[in-house]
Amino acid sequence: MKLFPIMGGIHPEHRKDLTSEKAIVALPMPATLFLPLQQHIGEPAAPTVEAGYLVKKGELLARSDGAISAPIHAPTSGRIRAIAEITAPHPSGLPMPTIILESDGKDEWTDLPPPIDDPFAAPPQSIRDRVAECGIVGMGGATFPSAVKLGLGTQRKLEVLLLNGAECEPYLTCDDRLMREYADEVIDGARIMAHALGAPRVIVAIETNKPQAIEAMAKAAAATDNVAIAKVPARYPMGGERQLTQAVTGLETPARKLTADMGVVVHNVATARAVHDAVRLGRPLISRIVTVSGGAVPNPGNIEVPLGVKVSELLAFCGGADGAARFVSGGPMMGQPLPSLDVPVVKGSSGILALTRAETRESEPQPCIRCGSCIAACPCGLVPMQMAAFIRAEKMAEAVRIGVQDCVSCGSCTYVCPSHIPLVQYFRYAKGRLATQDRERRKNEQTKALVEARNARLERLAMARRDAAARARAPQPEAAQEAGRIAP
Amino acid sequence: MNTVVEKSGPYTHGGNSIQRTMFTVLAALVPATLFNLYLFGWPAIFLFAVTMAACVAFEAACVRIGDGSPASAIGNGSVLITGWLLALSLPPWAPWWVAVVASAFAVGIAKHAFGGLGQNLFNPAMVGRVVVLVSFPVQMTAFVPPKPLFSAGAPGFVEGLGVTFGRGVNLDGLSAASQLGFVKSELTRGVPAHQSVEHLPGLGELMWGFHPGSMGETAVPLLLLGGLFLMWRKVITWHIPVGMLGTLLLLGTVFSAIDPGRHADGLFHLISGASVLGAFFIATDYVTSPVSNGGRLAFGIGCGLLTWIIRTYAGYPEGFAFAILLMNAMAPLLDRAFRPRMFGRTLKGEPLPLGKFK
Repeated sequence: MKLFPIMGGIHPEHRKDLTSEKAIVALPMPATLFLPLQQHIGEPAAPTVEAGYLVKKGELLARSDGAISAPIHAPTSGRIRAIAEITAPHPSGLPMPTIILESDGKDEWTDLPPPIDDPFAAPPQSIRDRVAECGIVGMGGATFPSAVKLGLGTQRKLEVLLLNGAECEPYLTCDDRLMREYADEVIDGARIMAHALGAPRVIVAIETNKPQAIEAMAKAAAATDNVAIAKVPARYPMGGERQLTQAVTGLETPARKLTADMGVVVHNVATARAVHDAVRLGRPLISRIVTVSGGAVPNPGNIEVPLGVKVSELLAFCGGADGAARFVSGGPMMGQPLPSLDVPVVKGSSGILALTRAETRESEPQPCIRCGSCIAACPCGLVPMQMAAFIRAEKMAEAVRIGVQDCVSCGSCTYVCPSHIPLVQYFRYAKGRLATQDRERRKNEQTKALVEARNARLERLAMARRDAAARARAPQPEAAQEAGRIAP
Repeated sequence: MNTVVEKSGPYTHGGNSIQRTMFTVLAALVPATLFNLYLFGWPAIFLFAVTMAACVAFEAACVRIGDGSPASAIGNGSVLITGWLLALSLPPWAPWWVAVVASAFAVGIAKHAFGGLGQNLFNPAMVGRVVVLVSFPVQMTAFVPPKPLFSAGAPGFVEGLGVTFGRGVNLDGLSAASQLGFVKSELTRGVPAHQSVEHLPGLGELMWGFHPGSMGETAVPLLLLGGLFLMWRKVITWHIPVGMLGTLLLLGTVFSAIDPGRHADGLFHLISGASVLGAFFIATDYVTSPVSNGGRLAFGIGCGLLTWIIRTYAGYPEGFAFAILLMNAMAPLLDRAFRPRMFGRTLKGEPLPLGKFK
């Protein structure tokens, strides 16, 4: 397959060999699971259970609440202990309403919805409904409700589903193992998704550093007539939606457009497997494969875990994490720092990393020496050092002018910076500030509009009073009567 | 157990550092410098040591004034490059105080008065050189023919000390013009360039530096090797050296073809003066050159153009230092003019036209 170059990018030390040869193992069912109501982008789910309820595995615990939302299901059978505020797996460390489920140890399934027998003959809407009902979200880490993204074909003509098996983040091997061990399920799920999208073709993009996954997927794809494999070069951030689209199709997504506008929709391989399970088996999304890795983990591996297990428990299963300098959810490039190990694994947790100081290579920031490495590394064609300089000086408008809002926070610039300047941190700060400014501006406009409306109203009232008083002074009795009615 | 979250990702790093970058540059300079020191003997070795020591001392003093840590400032190696390049740009038999004055201006004024590492607009080493060149023209143009270490007539250790630290030797009998200066002064006497060039050693000898000149004007093949090493290590890109040397070669070739009496040819421009040292090691200084590759190419072309103009038409035969300072002042403008194209946008920043997958 003809491939195309992408802008910028880096070749980080991949460190995938820590776990790439570790077959997926299942985590023994924990005694207690913690299921935050928000594990996806959009509105939090609304609980349908209360403390004390007995639930079966796969039963609905919280329903989707709004157009962009996703339901949450019980990963095992047991009793609802409480719905309480628990520290969320988010850098803020703020608590979030969370359903606490105590396992009864039986792991008994509920009555699942029936499999869709011939999904390719079923109306696309029924597939989307099933995906929505099963709580599937983008499992590459973005956690956007998949059913919504599968509806992109309703307004546009789509040509291809680009299945993202690039897995360009260092350390992570969960998608690699998934493609090796569940290739048939992934390909089947992808074809079902393509059907839901109305896209005639599927291209699975896999980085060349995963030859076994490529082989397994090619074998599974050989049985179909509309799935092709694209071996994309190992280059971070190849797995970015726009980068992958460009590498495979040569199309550069215009600013403020979606890849779907060009006929391309990108979904992650793990999402495809979840869709397969939902459509063929009626199973909701209640578990995921997590790469537990990093130099501080004695027995790193790829673990299939029920959603809601505490990170500390998962790390304990892998031998603990003594001597870790950083705990990260996701990959080391774009992953989120964990505020605590007392937080649960959620739908978007592709990795749990316990990194040593030698791995993070953190160092005090030095002055920028204008080496230009960040510019060469930026996949968005930005000038990170200059944006950071503007942001340091609080010149947000200047930073916006040279593109800070186009930054995807991939971290390539920070990775190559010889001065260890936390460039991404500056950009996140700026984006936060800009969002706040935007909110404030809108609030001010609203307030101003309200004040103006009030002033106009008062003005009208005052005018009416003046008119009434004038008429009252005048000798016409009818007018005086009328003014009397208005004045009080 | 709570962990510390005070910084966003990425939580890994490529391992590059200022120190690694700077010491790679120094390593690339070593072969040519050793050859230079051998070629010009003990006085050159002493002058080199004095320049380095003075630069380090001024760095330490300035950092101390600014409440910084002198050890880490010196440890990152940037001042060593300044001192090194400054030493290479001085006449090898110059007296010690020329080096000290040049170092004071390079480190104290050009670098630290502008805010220290990363903040200086002008290349410190070139500021140092230009200040002493215009202040002490006699000492700065007293070039001696090379007298390699231990060769007949080369000054010994004690004699060398005398040259650098003593009251100076009478260079009148020894000194000679650099080859660019020679061509220039011959021109003013009415001798056409293509004739005066014939009195100079062959290009091969010029290339190795068996002629009077600053230290860094010698050993072109070794400098080239060092430059290619830096490109291979991805410390520098090809844009500035190719832009600058290409422009010099082109202008020299074209104009010597048009008027050989007035203009030296392109190859002569390439291997004389500080062209190669400047193109690979001085013009490519990160802090004072543009950050994007387009800007770098334009910067290199500008350096070549100005060097050629100054060498050909101005009063100073060695145009490189002036050219680079002028282009340094242009670097911020070039940064503005040569921003890379943003993903999904035209060069002007408008969204690209929408493509369609077929």
